[in-house]
Amino acid sequence: MQRQTPLNAVHRAAGARMVDFGGWDMPVNYGSQIEEHHAVRNAAGMFDVSHMRVVDLEGPGGRDFLRCALANNVDKLRVPGKALYSCLLREDGGVIDDLIVYFLREDFFRLVVNAGTADKDIAWLRQLLAARVAASGPQPTLVPREDLAMIAMQGPQARAKLWQVLPGSQACSAALQPFMGAVMGDAFIGRTGYTGEDGFEVMLPAARAAALWNALAGAGVRPCGLGARDTLRLEAGMNLYGQDMDETVNPLESGLAWTVDLASPRDFVGKAALVAAPPARQLTGLVLVDKGGVLRAHQAVHTAQGTGEITSGTFSPTLNQSIALARLPIGVAPGDSVRVAIRDKQLAARVVKPPFARHGKALVP
Amino acid sequence: MNVPANLRYTASHEWVKNEDDGTVTIGITDHAQSALGDLVYVELPALGRTVAAAEACAVVESVKAASDIYAPLAGEVVAINEALAATPEAVNEDAYAAWLFKLKPADAAAVGKLLDAAAYEATIGEA
Repeated sequence: MQRQTPLNAVHRAAGARMVDFGGWDMPVNYGSQIEEHHAVRNAAGMFDVSHMRVVDLEGPGGRDFLRCALANNVDKLRVPGKALYSCLLREDGGVIDDLIVYFLREDFFRLVVNAGTADKDIAWLRQLLAARVAASGPQPTLVPREDLAMIAMQGPQARAKLWQVLPGSQACSAALQPFMGAVMGDAFIGRTGYTGEDGFEVMLPAARAAALWNALAGAGVRPCGLGARDTLRLEAGMNLYGQDMDETVNPLESGLAWTVDLASPRDFVGKAALVAAPPARQLTGLVLVDKGGVLRAHQAVHTAQGTGEITSGTFSPTLNQSIALARLPIGVAPGDSVRVAIRDKQLAARVVKPPFARHGKALVP
Repeated sequence: MNVPANLRYTASHEWVKNEDDGTVTIGITDHAQSALGDLVYVELPALGRTVAAAEACAVVESVKAASDIYAPLAGEVVAINEALAATPEAVNEDAYAAWLFKLKPADAAAVGKLLDAAAYEATIGEA
């Protein structure tokens, strides 16, 4: 049985093409996904991301617990509302999930995790909490918030559009810096996203989701599906869990070293494994140079240092050529020329450092 | 979905048009272009290539995925729509105008054995 978000009927009424995404019945596009992509880069688009799971961590001791559970250092969060991107790791360093954690109060942290991994994540966190109860007494409580829907509005006009249609939202969110969030009654506004554009992600009670969606649509915010979400995040150089990293690889081999705190003396789950084994592979960007197809996941990439593989590939509407993330041997560097196997051809591609595009502009030549 | 009555179809979503000169013109259906989404690359067979019925002989790639195109019938490739190299989106705009290639059929009667519009509509659940 496929799960549905509170906006399912709204998508269907709008003529969306629906697909299964991790067990959820989700819109992949409402027409041209390239036009949806450009709407976000140039104006404003919105995504139903209600399938992602909000999990609150309530009660004293949340910071101590997250110091241990997350690879990034939650002590970077000192100002209430500040958000942090982090991986959740296994003891062997494999990536269980990537998530965003908001610090709201010392007794209230909010996590946002991926849809397909949410149940697994919660089980893992509860197991870590149970182990800590035995060792050091009472622990905070995990509260999955399946009562909340989430809408991401993204693009240079996205914030102003929300302020236009949601009374009180401007007063609540006008001062938010990027990667900050604020509570607004029983809703929450975060200046975050997955597109490389400015915008908000708004969490609100499920019963109010359709009204907000329709109001934004009425204000000219274009509904966008998972198709555009994927091309936007890939252009922005952002990983997709399950594709660019999973439990079989560690964050250092996934372009996520910047999110792993190995510098502080703090210990965390997976740290010992990361310290013990320097990475042999790296996640890099590719731009297809030759004509002859589109870069796709699992295509082999031949380099002077050995063979690697594309983890995500697509056609970039902003660059008007094909781009990819690829896991390649250490030693391959930006500017290198590599060959990608596409059907019966070996096409030339150039190694680049992501992101490929952000804030409406191409960032690679 | 648009399924013109004057064309023949395959279950793999190609359309076939009988031309007066004895050749057939081949493209993908409106249903196919809609399912694939925005096309960004089209790879066509070489002129003069002989293809068997149901042989994969072209590729269309959308932003989402690559998809093989199958020869609806046996024959020789006598023309390809080279304009699609620069404008693959023409297939999304009008799937029945933006043809892919033309065949000289090995058996002139083969076209009549393909699906008619009503039978094709039934396969895509629109009858």
